[in-house]
Amino acid sequence: MMTLPPKFQKWFAARGWRIHPHQQELLDCSSAPATLLIAPTGGGKTLAGFLPSLVELADGKHGGLHTLYISPLKALAADIRRNLARPIAEMGLPVRVEDRTGDTPQSRRRRQRADPPHILLTTPESLALLVSYPDASRIFAGLSRVIVDEIHALAESKRGDQLMLALARLGSLAPGMRRVGLSATVDDPQAIAAFLARHPQSCRIVRADPGPRPDIAMLTTAAPPPWAGGGGRHAIPEVLQAIRAHRTTLIFHNTRAQAELFFRDLWLANEDGLPIAIHHGSLSREARERVEAAMAEGKLRAVVCTGSLDLGIDWGDVDLVIQIGAPKNIKRLVQRIGRAGHRYNAPSRALLVPANQWEVIECQAALQAVLENDLDGEERGPGGLDVLCQHILITACAGPFDADHLYAEIRTAGPYANLARADFDACLEFCATGGYALRAYDRWQRLIRRDGLWQLRDPRAARDIRMNIGTITESEMVRVRWQNRLGGQPLGEIEESFAATLAPGDTFLIGGQIVRHVGLREMVLEVAPAPGREPRIAVYSGTKFATSTQLSDRILRLLNDCPETLPEHAARWVALQARRSRLPRPGRLLVETFPVEGRPHVCVYGFMGRNAQQTLGLLLTKRMEELGLDPLGFVAADHATLIWGLNEVSDPAQLFDPDALRDGLEGWLIGNAVMKRTFRSVALVAGLIARNHAGARKSGRQATFSSDILYDTLCRYDPDHLLLRITRDEAMRGLVDFARIETRLAAIGNRIDHVALDRVSPFAAPLLLEHGRVPVHGAGRERVLAETAARLMAQAGLD
Amino acid sequence: MNGYGFTFCAARLVALPSGALYWPEFGCLVVSDLHLGRSERYARRGGVLLPPYETAETLARLRRDVQQTDPGVMVCLGDSFDDTEAVPDASGLRAIIGDLATNRRWIWIKGNHDPRPPISIGESAREWHLGPLVFRHEARKGDDASGEVSGHFHPKMRLAGQWRSCFLVDERRIIMPAYGRYTGGMACDRPPLRDLVQPDAIAVLTGPRAYPVPLLRAVPARRPS
Repeated sequence: MMTLPPKFQKWFAARGWRIHPHQQELLDCSSAPATLLIAPTGGGKTLAGFLPSLVELADGKHGGLHTLYISPLKALAADIRRNLARPIAEMGLPVRVEDRTGDTPQSRRRRQRADPPHILLTTPESLALLVSYPDASRIFAGLSRVIVDEIHALAESKRGDQLMLALARLGSLAPGMRRVGLSATVDDPQAIAAFLARHPQSCRIVRADPGPRPDIAMLTTAAPPPWAGGGGRHAIPEVLQAIRAHRTTLIFHNTRAQAELFFRDLWLANEDGLPIAIHHGSLSREARERVEAAMAEGKLRAVVCTGSLDLGIDWGDVDLVIQIGAPKNIKRLVQRIGRAGHRYNAPSRALLVPANQWEVIECQAALQAVLENDLDGEERGPGGLDVLCQHILITACAGPFDADHLYAEIRTAGPYANLARADFDACLEFCATGGYALRAYDRWQRLIRRDGLWQLRDPRAARDIRMNIGTITESEMVRVRWQNRLGGQPLGEIEESFAATLAPGDTFLIGGQIVRHVGLREMVLEVAPAPGREPRIAVYSGTKFATSTQLSDRILRLLNDCPETLPEHAARWVALQARRSRLPRPGRLLVETFPVEGRPHVCVYGFMGRNAQQTLGLLLTKRMEELGLDPLGFVAADHATLIWGLNEVSDPAQLFDPDALRDGLEGWLIGNAVMKRTFRSVALVAGLIARNHAGARKSGRQATFSSDILYDTLCRYDPDHLLLRITRDEAMRGLVDFARIETRLAAIGNRIDHVALDRVSPFAAPLLLEHGRVPVHGAGRERVLAETAARLMAQAGLD
Repeated sequence: MNGYGFTFCAARLVALPSGALYWPEFGCLVVSDLHLGRSERYARRGGVLLPPYETAETLARLRRDVQQTDPGVMVCLGDSFDDTEAVPDASGLRAIIGDLATNRRWIWIKGNHDPRPPISIGESAREWHLGPLVFRHEARKGDDASGEVSGHFHPKMRLAGQWRSCFLVDERRIIMPAYGRYTGGMACDRPPLRDLVQPDAIAVLTGPRAYPVPLLRAVPARRPS
């Protein structure tokens, strides 16, 4: 066993602490090439990760970068810097710690490259950028340890793929580098270990004591929640009461818009003037840092927040977590609970506030799942080829490379351990020539081979490539700031699609304030305060939650087997559904039809999870298109799919004929909006289209064109192109394949319960406000367009 | 042809759903902003390598319109070539245009992208008059624009949740949609486009059919129905 140096022992003793067994274990195996620590939040995970680094750096002999710490969140990096500052100062260690994220000023970033600190805290994107510089080999030459925090969260997305590719590169630049992954409780630690370790090396797994069971309950409210939508505002009196009864409370929302609205109403009711703040990813760095600092100093009683505060940030005195709205993913719920009760041995305390009646049912099911330790998870697929394309371009930015060496290096990354040479070659070909069947760019290749090494044809292209690093492709953001005469300070960001619907004079909420759109200047929205005006609701949506099939099954069982365990107003609501329509039953398929604002709707309760319900939406709208029912769009939730169109569906059974569903499926799938959305993300990551150009973006004149045009062009002229292949693979992962739905429908056979209603049913109501509506571009939309045009001409007297 | 027929400065014109304008009386077909060779220009500048099929696709659509209308004179309203240095010989562009130009007059109006048309087929001009109409690349500001047909701005409009490129037509001027495949657009209800036409202008949307819509009544839809 490795004993701590006296300096460290004294420090621990002075604070009355003893080293946790898992912290000791990490010290003992600190020379292992890869270690994965699984510990609950609040288990001293971060210190466990850094302790070996601090011990190694204590003698002051190491020059340059020693430890690289990577977290999925900017806020986490800043938070860790603060937390490390204390032991380093108190023990007088000769260690310099700095963070480096998208928020770091350019001047400091330049200095960090010239003179790296001992410990650098960063994000996957900022690391990828560092790796793209020609001096990467110098910066990372002495690198000894890499700590990947919240690795279970990174492993869920393409950001994890990108990170592991960067680590593969670092493994070549610093051969002695050791890896440590810090993870919350996961259902398959082996998978995370294989993801982390340098392939084919092994990874040691260290498990901390999982701690006491969480104390978790649903908040009972005097007012019943609404049928649909809602941000939990009915619960504000009880939430305020809970805040008063605890030291510090975190209030999580599923979307930024909901957080804003809730925050505003919470303040209106906050008669005691409790110090309550708001924190989400769209706010400006200054605003976020103010809240983080106040939180660290214990000055706040509550923070209203979204996923930006997620992932185990260690902010001392949180003793209650309130989740508004049903967490669609149980793992995430457990993690959020982990934040309360940081004294490792105290049980975590959490309250759930379902925002509408349907969520009461989801919450109840999720609670049971947590108590039964039934964590759901989805298997991670192999590393994305679009991410690989970006990595090849990043590598080329750093300097010429040999294809064989690069291929071998990439295969040391866990997600790419089984990468086929043919796939690698296809990605390299795409980066070099575009990979088109028509070889049009022989003179203008992006990468060329000179003396056996691949390099950028035009070195100036590196700038554009660096500006587009990253795998997060959610909609583009527009910055919001006060207009110049009010000082011009930044307020935050809103989604471009939302900004596009705002005209000068419109009001919306940001950072808890109502502001008025004054003007749009080069992608910066200028605003003025507009207190007292009714805001138009912001639709920026925060991170979309992963879905869970198990939860859907639980809900179906709950409804049928024990509805009496639900809170009273929810039980009444379920009874109302049974009376007005029917309850969905296992082995049968409930289909409701009803008009909403005069437009026919069909609701299909498949309880298959969002992905499968989405596929079902695509299949059914295809069938409706063939039957001349002119579908306009659909939206999928975990329990049902809601479809609307121009014509009424009088006989739903005819939609489910398996042979008819399969006919012509291929063509329909290629043309659908889900596929196009996936293509956009793939094309952005792989570098076919650029988000940012070195030249400033002009306002008004749209220089770019829709990625749909590229998608259609490729489908027609180059259907075997690499990016279409990646798009198909990816869309299919998100969509659930047809065979599974077919099996499910075959099992249901003709046991379809059709209920025709004169208005929306209780269970269908939440779907009316669900995010992620998918348009169907068929005869229906064309007809609506023609009718709208004709109506407007008639109104103008021009027909 | 699913086109929209209208009278403009005493000329009977048809806005075709493809984005071309046809004038039967003179057998004249007009297209604007073909931007041929755009993907090659992007590639040459060291940027992204777009699917190199847009020139062939744009010309294929033009061929269909030419076959349908068999015009005696073809007018291309400028920015026909995205870049005068990047005319892709390999894709057979010269041969295709040479073929299309057989037995008809072909006029290249000069645009900001192609001040000197890079191929020797047809004739070129800054502006060109026919009957009561004048063809130029960019609309001239001010009120002396009677009978002006121009392009340059790539107008588009959102209606019933869908963006469509469109013609803008008022009493004195027509602003044509971009015909090229890889072209973005400018919302026609925002300046400077909005200020170039009269408030009572109509927009003719392109797509499967051509739909006329009053310009100012068509406020962008908040959300597709």
